Amino acid sequence: MEKFHKVSSTAIPLDRANVDTDQIVPKQFLKLVQRTGFGKFLFHDWRFDQDGQQKPDFVLNDPKYSNSHILLAGENFGSGSSREHAAWALKDYGLDVIIAPSFADIFYNNCFKNGILPISLQRNVIDELLQTKSAIEVDLESQTIRCDSKTISFAIDDGRKKTLLEGLDDIAVTLQYEDKITSYEKSHAL
Amino acid sequence: MPQTLFEKVWNSHKVTEIDGRTLIYIDRHLVHEVTSPQAFDGLRLNKRKVRRPDLTFATMDHNVPTNNRSLPIIDQISAIQIKTLEANCKEFGIELFDLHSPYQGIVHVIGPELGITLPGTTIVCGDSHTSTHGAFGSFALGIGTSDVEHVLATQCLVMDKPKTFEIRVDGKRKHRHAITAKDIILSIIKKIGTAGGTGTVIEYRGEAISDLSMDERMTICNMSIEAGARAGLIAPDDKTFDYLKGRKYIPKNYDDLVDSWKTELVTDNGAKFDKTFAINAGDIIPQVSWGTNPAMTSDVTDAVPYPDEYAKGNKSQEDAAKKALEYMDLKPGTKITDIKIDRVFIGSCTNARLQDLIEAADLIHGRKASPNVRVMVVPGSQQVKKQAEEMGLDKIFQDANFEWRESGCSMCLGMNPDILSRGERCASTSNRNFEGRQGSGGRTHLVSPVMAAAAAIAGHFVDVREWL
Repeated sequence: MEKFHKVSSTAIPLDRANVDTDQIVPKQFLKLVQRTGFGKFLFHDWRFDQDGQQKPDFVLNDPKYSNSHILLAGENFGSGSSREHAAWALKDYGLDVIIAPSFADIFYNNCFKNGILPISLQRNVIDELLQTKSAIEVDLESQTIRCDSKTISFAIDDGRKKTLLEGLDDIAVTLQYEDKITSYEKSHAL
Repeated sequence: MPQTLFEKVWNSHKVTEIDGRTLIYIDRHLVHEVTSPQAFDGLRLNKRKVRRPDLTFATMDHNVPTNNRSLPIIDQISAIQIKTLEANCKEFGIELFDLHSPYQGIVHVIGPELGITLPGTTIVCGDSHTSTHGAFGSFALGIGTSDVEHVLATQCLVMDKPKTFEIRVDGKRKHRHAITAKDIILSIIKKIGTAGGTGTVIEYRGEAISDLSMDERMTICNMSIEAGARAGLIAPDDKTFDYLKGRKYIPKNYDDLVDSWKTELVTDNGAKFDKTFAINAGDIIPQVSWGTNPAMTSDVTDAVPYPDEYAKGNKSQEDAAKKALEYMDLKPGTKITDIKIDRVFIGSCTNARLQDLIEAADLIHGRKASPNVRVMVVPGSQQVKKQAEEMGLDKIFQDANFEWRESGCSMCLGMNPDILSRGERCASTSNRNFEGRQGSGGRTHLVSPVMAAAAAIAGHFVDVREWL
């Protein structure tokens, strides 16, 4: 996985509660057997009409946000299905940071596996970010967001932070504990 | 110190700590065709093996057709995904219940019926409804594909310890057949919301939970994820142990294990939960969802709510309710029983086990489906199908003009040809009413199997208490 760097861009405002992973990537696109190329399916049924034309009123189709790497989302973002395709689609589309009042657990975990930083912030802070027209800068190292001359701190688990900053292969990390796994297996056969 | 059931299962599966997180050993890993191909590719790329193929079991369920199994699969992309799972299982030495196996079925239906699911174990699958297996007192959770790869390679998962959430369902249901496990769990989700359980493992407790059969307990635990929980579980009891006895994959020392499970797998008196919620089963009546997430649910006797009343001052919930009603093409104030339907789906890992089918068939009593309604019954597994046919349920359904099909996930998520057309409205025994879930533009109302069967006959929702 690539190391996570600072991200600076305008943020796409998608202030809807309970956006589920069925909306992030509809099921008709889950039949592929590779991890790549899911960006074109991101929010497919909200982005495109039945003829495959862009729906002009959907925020991702606003040219203002065509180079954005940050998504500002509503509460319980990523609920429902465990499909990691949702994280693959967001990343492939170019989104590296998702800021929301809260996330669903499986989706939250899937983000870290794909170099996406999910940040939980209080509702009122997000409301302020939604107001801004300027770029937002997210720095994982210092755990801060800079926006209009304001600095906002965010919390993140140390282990997960390290994974993102160093772009670690977490299977390789776990395999360093091979002896512990083996000894567990010897005493806990079921 | 007194511990909850979940804490005991968690503590007994700790391997070590890594950077402040916990390495948890996984006892059983279930694999299906949709979320596994990229994980197997990752193993190949890094020249890694499956650490414990003997603890890993695979089946194909999500995109398999539910018509005649002897016909070739028309959807070529689905066919590739199915062939890919076959090839991966062969290459890595994993047991596969393929389309022609008598044990094929929805992964969460076959795990318990084959005795792969066991009390006190940790179980994962690349599928959010893995929470189903918690009905046996296991810690069972859905994971993404990267974690599928991690478990294949290491038989472990790196986790942060979830919080504990006690949900008590006290008292007794007022009507044993009309008010089902589905109505209990929908009532809970309606109250606590789709994020009510985020970051927690729910333990369902109380008289109304103990009263449930294993099939019903699975319905409850299955929808834990719809409340946002990491997992849901129920302490095992004699019903659990009797259910599993004699099943194909239970360990040889099963009886000895039961003796230790009986004493160990309980929440100790005085154990503290991080959070508690209680509901009385006597207050629950049949439920029907009206919106686009499972918390948007009403009593069958109610009307479609006004968004502002529903949201109680929460702006984003009000917007969500407005969008939901627009998508569902429903007007506030419409009585739930006045909502007409086009389709009925009886199936899914929530409600396609034998008891679900028996209860739906019992309700029919020689009646026929409304001529305007197409009804599909999709058993959860080949074993469920066989048992149902031995009881003659297939005849009862077919005589009522309900289609009797092969096992799979089918129209719960519409990855196979079983989908709603744009604008069609469906009474469904599945678990999610998200936009487009059962087909682009399709409209889903979540209900119990008896509510679905009654709606199929009437052509609109009915209060099934009046029929039973």
